[in-house]
Amino acid sequence: MNVALIDYGAGNVPSVERALQRLDAVSQRVTQPEGLAKATAIILPGVGHFAAMVRALDEHNLRSALLEALARGVPFLGICLGLQALFASSDEAPALRGLGVFSGTVKSLPGTAKLPHMGWNRLRIQKASPLLDGLNGGDFFYFAHTFAAADSTDHAVALCDYGTPFAAVLQHDNIFATQFHPEKSGPSGARLLQNFMRLVA
Amino acid sequence: MSLAHRIIPCLDTDGARVVKGINFIGLRDAGDPAELAARYNADGADELIVLDIAASRDHRPTFLETIRRVAAELAIPLAAGGGIRSLRDARSIVRAGADKITVNTAAVERPELISELSAEFGAQAVVVAIDAKLEQAGAGLQWDVRVRGGRDSARLNALAWARRAVELGAGEILLTSVDRDGTQTGFDIALTSAISQAVSVPVIASGGAKTLEHFAQVFSEGAADAALAASIFHDGVQSVRGLKRFLAAQNIEVRFPC
Repeated sequence: MNVALIDYGAGNVPSVERALQRLDAVSQRVTQPEGLAKATAIILPGVGHFAAMVRALDEHNLRSALLEALARGVPFLGICLGLQALFASSDEAPALRGLGVFSGTVKSLPGTAKLPHMGWNRLRIQKASPLLDGLNGGDFFYFAHTFAAADSTDHAVALCDYGTPFAAVLQHDNIFATQFHPEKSGPSGARLLQNFMRLVA
Repeated sequence: MSLAHRIIPCLDTDGARVVKGINFIGLRDAGDPAELAARYNADGADELIVLDIAASRDHRPTFLETIRRVAAELAIPLAAGGGIRSLRDARSIVRAGADKITVNTAAVERPELISELSAEFGAQAVVVAIDAKLEQAGAGLQWDVRVRGGRDSARLNALAWARRAVELGAGEILLTSVDRDGTQTGFDIALTSAISQAVSVPVIASGGAKTLEHFAQVFSEGAADAALAASIFHDGVQSVRGLKRFLAAQNIEVRFPC
C-alpha cells in the first residue's frame, strides 16, 4: 500500500496524516509528480483558498500527474478544497482553471445563513457508495467552508443543507470527494476514512 | 437547517499546563493539556480551544509543543491562541497542528492582522476573540471592548468592533463577557444575542457557564452558535456528553449521540 498525501504547502495535511495513523494506515507526503506515479491511493487534503490550491498544484507540476493517476483508476479522495479543485472552476477565483474532473462551477453558499458554514452537519444520502458504508443520515460531519458544489452536480452521492442544498459527497468510479473534513469528524469521519482505505487494500 | 450547536471546552494554559483562576489571580494547576484533550475528544466535544494566557515570548516553544501534544489526541477541530501578533506567529501555531488561530489584543492594536491571517489561512481559520464589559446599562445597552486579559479598555464599542472584525476577514467571533467570566451565574444573554445578530459569522459564547440550563438559554435566547466553558468541564461539574444529552432532550440541535 502506497498512500500519497498531496502536500502543496498549505492545509490540513498533518491532521489527515494523524487520522490515517489511528487507522494503522501509512501515508507518504508527496510534493512532486514522481510521488504520484507509484501511488496505490491518493488523498488531496485542502483548506483555504481555491486560488492557492490550484496555483500550488501547477507550481509543483502535479496537475497532469494527478489526472493521469485518476485515469489509471487509482482510488482518490479529495477533502474540502480537494473536492472543489476537481471542478472546472470556482467563483472564488474565476480566472483560474480547476482540474476539470467534474463539470460545473463551485459557487458561494447563500448569505441567508451565517458564513462560513462552520460546524457539524448531517448528510442526506442519495445513492449508496462504498465510502459511506455503515454511515447514515444521523451521523454528523465537520464542515468549514463558504463555497460549495451544486446539489444538481452529477455524481453527488450525498447532499447537505445549509441555506441551500449542496453536494457534500461525490463519487465517480474511483474518484471520491467530501466537502466536510473526515479527519476532524470524530468517529463518523474515522469510519469514512476506513471505508476509503478498504478500497485501497 | 440542521447545523449543530457546538460545545467547546477551553484549555487555558501557562504554556505547558492547564491553569485556572479568575483574572489571572491565584492560578491553580488543572492538569495536563494532552490528557484533558483526550478526555474531551472521547466525551463528545465538538471542538477544543487551547490558549496561552501568559503568552510570554520566552516560553513560546513550550506552547507550540503543547499544541502538538494536544492536536495528536484530537479527531475534532482545534483552535489556538494567546500572544499571536504576526503572520509568523500564526504560521507556527498552524504548523504545530491548530486548525484555527485566535487573536485578541493584537487585532485591536493592529486590525490589519485579521486581513493578513484571513488572506493566508482563509476566514474559516480566523477567530477574533472579543472581551466585552457592560458600560451602559438600561435601555441602550453598550459594551466596551477590553484588552490585556480584560484589564484595560480598548475604547471601542463591542458591536462596532465585531462588525469591523468580520469585514476584515474574521470567520468567527469568540465572545467573552468580562462581567460574567468566572462567576458561574450564566452567560450574558443580552450581549451574546446583540453580537450574534450584528454579525454574519458564527459566535461562540463564553463566560459564566455552570448549569445545563445556562447552555440551553445561550442557544435558545442568546442565538449563540457555540458555547465555551473551562472549569466546569475540568472539575467534572458537567460532562460534555451529559450536557449534550440534556440539550438534545430540549430539542436544541447538537451532535448527539456523539
